[in-house]
Amino acid sequence: MRVSLPAKLNTGLAWVLLVLLIAPALVAIPVSLTPKTYLSFPTDEISFQYYHELFSSPEWLSSFWQSTVIGAVSALLATAIGTLCAIGLWRVSSPAAEVVRSVLLLPLVVPPIIAAMAFSRLFVPLGLIDSYTGLILAHTVLSAPLVLITVSASLAGFDARLEQASRNLGASNWVTMWRVIVPGIRPGIWAGAVFAFISSWDEIVVTLFISKFSVYTLPRRMWNGIRENTDPTVAAAAVVLMAITLLAFAIWAVAARRARPAK
Amino acid sequence: MRLPIKSGWLLVLPFLLLVGGLFLGPILNVLWISVTDPTPGLDNYAQLGSSDTLRRILWTTLRVCAICTAFSVILGYSIAYAMVHATGPAQSRMLGLLLISFWISVLVRTFSWLMLLGRNGVVNSTLDALGIISAPIPFMRNELGVLIGMVHYMVPYAVLPIFAAMQSIDGRVVQASRSLGGSGAQTFWRIYLPLTKPGVVAASLVVFIINLGFYVIPAVLGGGKVLMVAEYISVQVLITLQWGTAAMLAAILLFGVLALMFIMSRFMKLSTVFGGART
Repeated sequence: MRVSLPAKLNTGLAWVLLVLLIAPALVAIPVSLTPKTYLSFPTDEISFQYYHELFSSPEWLSSFWQSTVIGAVSALLATAIGTLCAIGLWRVSSPAAEVVRSVLLLPLVVPPIIAAMAFSRLFVPLGLIDSYTGLILAHTVLSAPLVLITVSASLAGFDARLEQASRNLGASNWVTMWRVIVPGIRPGIWAGAVFAFISSWDEIVVTLFISKFSVYTLPRRMWNGIRENTDPTVAAAAVVLMAITLLAFAIWAVAARRARPAK
Repeated sequence: MRLPIKSGWLLVLPFLLLVGGLFLGPILNVLWISVTDPTPGLDNYAQLGSSDTLRRILWTTLRVCAICTAFSVILGYSIAYAMVHATGPAQSRMLGLLLISFWISVLVRTFSWLMLLGRNGVVNSTLDALGIISAPIPFMRNELGVLIGMVHYMVPYAVLPIFAAMQSIDGRVVQASRSLGGSGAQTFWRIYLPLTKPGVVAASLVVFIINLGFYVIPAVLGGGKVLMVAEYISVQVLITLQWGTAAMLAAILLFGVLALMFIMSRFMKLSTVFGGART
């Protein structure tokens, strides 16, 4: 089919827009290489001193570590709970199940600032403010719906007759779930887990409300750096954060491609 | 045969308990605070009538959200249209760029905009070097900067629902219009655009909803000059400790978001809207 001129122009515009969606973030790279002591662009020479600073400062290192632990534990919990729930709703598949599903997706929909107030109010009397447990619980609640969505999409492409066959052959519920269903939707589970990890790894609004001094995640430290707007180390942190996110994206993309139901 | 109902619900239970106990319960508590703190009654809500500050904040929020939604949906429509008409490999590449931009942290983007839009930022120094401007354009600490940052963040959210709607259009309808003598422009405005309406409505709603509660970009790029609801709530909670006012605003925000979400659910499934996305 012949492509009209307006459509061609639009395609050109769309490519420009897509590049512009990503390009601005790349500005952190030159800033991170500045040899000067303030946020600026390198002019004559480049320096890796702020990467050195990032990876030798106890504060930044401890933030990396804390974010990694909180991200990994909450992703693990969210993946377990979200996957079980997706399988359960898939088995029930009734109008009631769809109502429950919408309720469980609420943490994605409610503005983070409201979730932050709710968690903060809940955690103060429980003594969970500024603790690993508090942040892990909060991040698990916020990321489990992402796992639910991803795994449910995988289940939509899973042949329910395999489950019947397994049960007809005498397998118990438990065996059917672990040996038949879970292997069949494994890429979806992985995609959900990566998604959950990154959503915790990046989370800032709730974290601002429920952490103070002892738990100081990477986004929290970056937030401070951005507010102070002087130390170029924050640019180096932004580059590292971006690199890790892109790595996670690559893993997610591979898993999501495998998870897509065959057409 | 499906398994007995019970075993299905048993698997749902952990998630349900988690969301009920750690999320819905505490949110109800926030709603409760809005009518009990500092004194029982509707005093907090009465402030809406008496306080110019609150009215200004709500108005700023609605205005910024509406402008941002309009721009995001128009730009998103253009991208979705190009994507749906692209060949396989080009479409994959476009989708790849779109999803990567989804995954770049809002903090990284905000930081980059600070570097780009500041008085001596890249944009101003480039324009200056080219001789286009004589004095730096103030991009930051005003609505312009907030809008640039927010539209940039929201465009991918607008693309996905529109893209889904376009994919479900039967191409023969467009061909029929052309073969019956409709011009390209007529076919687009009278056939194609109306067919994509559910996607456009869903995209507008999802962008508007996320914008309403947006905190990071307005707080940093607005520099305290563009005060929107989320930032005001955080000031009330973290600095002035006025939980009552904050809870009242949270309640209004929550009901607004839920009402819009309900309308949206009539146009498109939630999981389609948030499919490859994250908040």
